[in-house]
Amino acid sequence: MGTKARNACLKFEMADKRIPPSEITPLQIYRERRRFIGAAGALALSGLLPAAASAQGLPGRKSALSTLEPPTPRDDIVNYGNFLEFASDKFGHVERSQAMAVRPWTVTVDGLVAKPRRFAIEDLLRLPLEERIYRHRCVEGWSMVVPWVGFPLASLLKQVEPLGSAKYVEFVSHADPAIMPNVRRQLLDWPYLEGLRLDEALHPLTLLAVGLYGEVLPKSNGAPLRLVVPWKYGYKSAKSVVAIRLVEREPRTIWMKGVPEEYGFYANVNPAVDHPRWSQKRERRIGEFFKRDTLPFNGYADQVAQLYAGMDLRKSF
Amino acid sequence: MPISDRQLAAVKAALFLLCLVPLARLGWDAWRNALGPNPIEAIQRGLGLWTLNLLVITLCVTPLRRLSGWAWLVRLRRMLGLYAFFYAALHFANYLWLDQFFDWNEIGRDILKRPFITVGFAAFVLLLPLAATSNRHALRRLGGRRWQALHRSIYPIAILAVIHYWWLVKRDVATPALYAIAVLALLGLRALWRDRERREQLAGKYAPQQPPRVRGRIIPIVSQRK
Ligand code: HEM
Repeated sequence: MGTKARNACLKFEMADKRIPPSEITPLQIYRERRRFIGAAGALALSGLLPAAASAQGLPGRKSALSTLEPPTPRDDIVNYGNFLEFASDKFGHVERSQAMAVRPWTVTVDGLVAKPRRFAIEDLLRLPLEERIYRHRCVEGWSMVVPWVGFPLASLLKQVEPLGSAKYVEFVSHADPAIMPNVRRQLLDWPYLEGLRLDEALHPLTLLAVGLYGEVLPKSNGAPLRLVVPWKYGYKSAKSVVAIRLVEREPRTIWMKGVPEEYGFYANVNPAVDHPRWSQKRERRIGEFFKRDTLPFNGYADQVAQLYAGMDLRKSF
Repeated sequence: MPISDRQLAAVKAALFLLCLVPLARLGWDAWRNALGPNPIEAIQRGLGLWTLNLLVITLCVTPLRRLSGWAWLVRLRRMLGLYAFFYAALHFANYLWLDQFFDWNEIGRDILKRPFITVGFAAFVLLLPLAATSNRHALRRLGGRRWQALHRSIYPIAILAVIHYWWLVKRDVATPALYAIAVLALLGLRALWRDRERREQLAGKYAPQQPPRVRGRIIPIVSQRK
């Protein structure tokens, strides 16, 4: 399935006329991964076609914040997950998301800031990138270890100079009914909207990811830019972000609007607080046979627990 | 369309094998590692879906027989029902084993605290007496009326199964809704038919048109005791 999906992806990239050639010039052909060398090499040698975007290398500096656990295979990360705009199961988005044009792409950062700005994705890709290998825990009880490539959200927020009145940060995802069946059906109150408290957003672990496994972020994982908050359930990590807004009041996220009794604002991974549908005590790590215990804050308690000192995390779930 | 015993046996054999296809496909996909990144979830869902499919198919038998007039269809019903139970048992076993690894504490909490598991479990428990009394011996021992009353619990079971499905999906209830419509239609049809029969009965359709003609002398029955 993985190879097939990737071939489809290669084909699509080559066929997509909306991508101006200047945008597809590979940053650096990714050579570490054997399975791409054939395809990428053949394309480069032919001189007729630019190398496909999925073969674009996007290396990041190693980070001390990475876990030492072995990363989940790339195929599993790319082909399994929730991208609800495109599909309600965990597979349908892979193919459908290929229709999403990720160039040109801009991210507006505004709201309660001194210097509101609109960033082109190219500018963001030029920021110093790091590889962050993070645990990723879905509210449905599965987990992965994902080698993201990205930069701390804080480094972006500093550029716009948040005002003293800014207390929260809102993230808005791309929503296009033409290519997203569940947006067309109004399954939720789109666009996907998530939020963090400002101190959570500025935390060094909070990442804006632009890559995966040393390559440009695949569309099915939220290309070209997504949020990654490793101590919260996966649904907090908004995909394909188009706007970041600093606000004074706690945002009502898409899930709080849709199913308020099931999803709270904080969504910190917490084995002691069950979701009505899923027990959160344990999780199935993709690729492992036995379930493992879920750790408070997904194992990042040492770094983030102090953000919630004095809060009742049963109430603020 | 009446069919011979030999033909019926052939139909039954074919149906028996057909009902094994979903299981064989799951097994084959598991063997060649094609169940996707989360194989245990794929097995759980595949078995659950076929339990529900078979419940719905079982519920189709009576209406189909009535509409087609093929009385022999009823003789396939036991196998379909038992297959529904078979898939339910595998679905439950997969949950106990591969999903929970026999962590009885956790299983107990799940059944009590997670509503979709509670109703799924209720549906499974209600299937047990039906499977146990599916043989001819039990039918004879219970008597047709009581047996039939017991086996009508397939109706609430089907409803519980749809609720189980409805409650376990995260947001998109499109597929559970299709099953809900199917089950409601199948149960509604029965209610409709029953109601019509009742009315017709009241209207005297089944009453003998004339008193039967009596031949010979009528001897009044006189009580022996005084
Ligand atoms: C008559 C009995 C039952 C029927 C008809 C049934 C049906 C189903 C169906 C249709 C699904 C969803 C399949 C899909 O998503 O495609 C499902 C999933 C599931 N069922 Fe059942 N089920 C029954 C009994 C049970 C029991 C007794 C348990 C456990 C105690 C159980 C636990 C589950 C679990 C854990 C899932 C997967 C949920 C998930 O992946 O999120 N079910 N079942």
